[in-house]
Amino acid sequence: MNTSVTIAGVNLKNPVMTGSGTFGSGMEYSDFVDLNRLGAVVTKGVANVPWPGNPTPRVVEVYGGMLNAIGLQNPGIDVFMERDLAFLKQFDTKVIVNVCGKTVEQYVEVVEKLADSDVAMLEINVSCPNVKEGAIAFGQDAKCLFDVTKEIKAKAKQPIIMKLSPNVTNIAEMAKAAEAGGADAISLINTLTGMKIDIYRRKFALANKTGGMSGPAIKPVAVRMVYQASHAVQIPVIGMGGIQNAEDAIEFMMAGATAISVGAANFINPYATVEIVEGIEQFMKEQNIADIRDIIGCIE
Amino acid sequence: MEQKKKQVAIVRSQEKIAEGIFDMWIQTDLAKTAHAGQFIGVYPKDKSTLLPRPISICQVDEEGLRIVYRIAGKGTAEFSTYQKGDTITILGVLGNGFPVEQGTGKKAVLLGGGIGIPPMLQLAKALGGQATVVAGYRNQDLFLEKDLKENSTLVIATEDGSVGTKGNVLTAMKEQNIDADVIFACGPMPMLKAIKTYAEEKNIPAYVSLEERMACGVGACLGCVCKTKEVDHHSHVNNARICTDGPVFLASDLDL
Repeated sequence: MNTSVTIAGVNLKNPVMTGSGTFGSGMEYSDFVDLNRLGAVVTKGVANVPWPGNPTPRVVEVYGGMLNAIGLQNPGIDVFMERDLAFLKQFDTKVIVNVCGKTVEQYVEVVEKLADSDVAMLEINVSCPNVKEGAIAFGQDAKCLFDVTKEIKAKAKQPIIMKLSPNVTNIAEMAKAAEAGGADAISLINTLTGMKIDIYRRKFALANKTGGMSGPAIKPVAVRMVYQASHAVQIPVIGMGGIQNAEDAIEFMMAGATAISVGAANFINPYATVEIVEGIEQFMKEQNIADIRDIIGCIE
Repeated sequence: MEQKKKQVAIVRSQEKIAEGIFDMWIQTDLAKTAHAGQFIGVYPKDKSTLLPRPISICQVDEEGLRIVYRIAGKGTAEFSTYQKGDTITILGVLGNGFPVEQGTGKKAVLLGGGIGIPPMLQLAKALGGQATVVAGYRNQDLFLEKDLKENSTLVIATEDGSVGTKGNVLTAMKEQNIDADVIFACGPMPMLKAIKTYAEEKNIPAYVSLEERMACGVGACLGCVCKTKEVDHHSHVNNARICTDGPVFLASDLDL
């Protein structure tokens, strides 16, 4: 039975990755799961310098999901390389670093610092809804997305994955723009912009007013966008958005995803990632699937 | 640190002890490593609710944990319906807990306000019954007062003056000339801010337990941060994670 998949020449032992921002750099969840079992660990977004993030409350539950407006708090690339990358090096899993920035120069600075590091791929976050400058602006206009992809691709030593925002009119157009800019892969969806109001206090539930929605309630939107994006481009698509279990993961793969990420499910079940790895193997056995690659995009 | 885990445990007992306040014992091996000031995450069974609810540990015995909590929404309302023998899904043990050794052999004063009272019980027990507990309630609808009386010198304050000192925990401390070498506190933010100021004036250490909306509970999501005076060791941005670096902090280290 083959569970391995390849993205931009990088071989993953299985298609299960972690969703950026939901898994830190794996340290906190290594109490619960064996990181060696995962296809890849995608780290929390890292910028050129430390970012303090947004005021609290930063998270709130909504029906079937949650909103977050963390604001990409991170220690900056120097501390990250010294501590987080050193930690991840102990494990037999691929490391994908999520890169954030407010300007093209900031993304490039991080990408260049990672050039000689033991990192398999870079995921470029051009879709965070909670940071005012840059970030999502790059991800909501096809021309901007093309330009930023091209500039980062020119400087990156590792393959780049552009992480797309679902908060757009036409996801296929955005996927094509990333591909045309030279992206080696795309990942989607980032969170859907949402809002919650506390009617008794007459206040926004989040200090940032709006937040990104994740969790099982967004899954049908994500599956639809993964299907549309994967039919628009030739490069691999990494699917995510509300994946809770192996069945959800397989649904994304049948829609066209080569690999999948488990995000908010980690908060609901800290064992989710490895349970999904095992669940996929179980499904393959039951359905007599010899090679996981046979199900990728099998729905036409 | 002990390994954290998510598990299905069994409710040993549950009763309502005041309006909207419930007292539950949970049979769990997490009790073996739990101590005062730590908390657990409790997962609702209703699938429209997903995140674990952080609830402080009120008491620990050989085989279980006691939680005393207020109904604050859909999740806690569900927990309040559980009966003896029901399953309960929990994540724990979380957080750093109170530094009990900082109170041993000293005049330790434990200040609990409202639903910040429960963690003071296990702390009072850990301090061998030598501490003074000042518990602040809204009105005469008291809870845990019998347990606290058995394990400390108990002073009560109520907002409406129906029992004990009229006012809050600090009013009671001042009015009754309660002298402290060290303060441990849990309660609403305005109370903790006032305690921080009081402790700084008196030049005594105050350990305060904070509350914030949480998602993961294990330090990964960075949802529940508080402002610190020094750079935090995780993100180097003066934001400590309440769930893992806390919930207990030395008040003078915080920028409340």
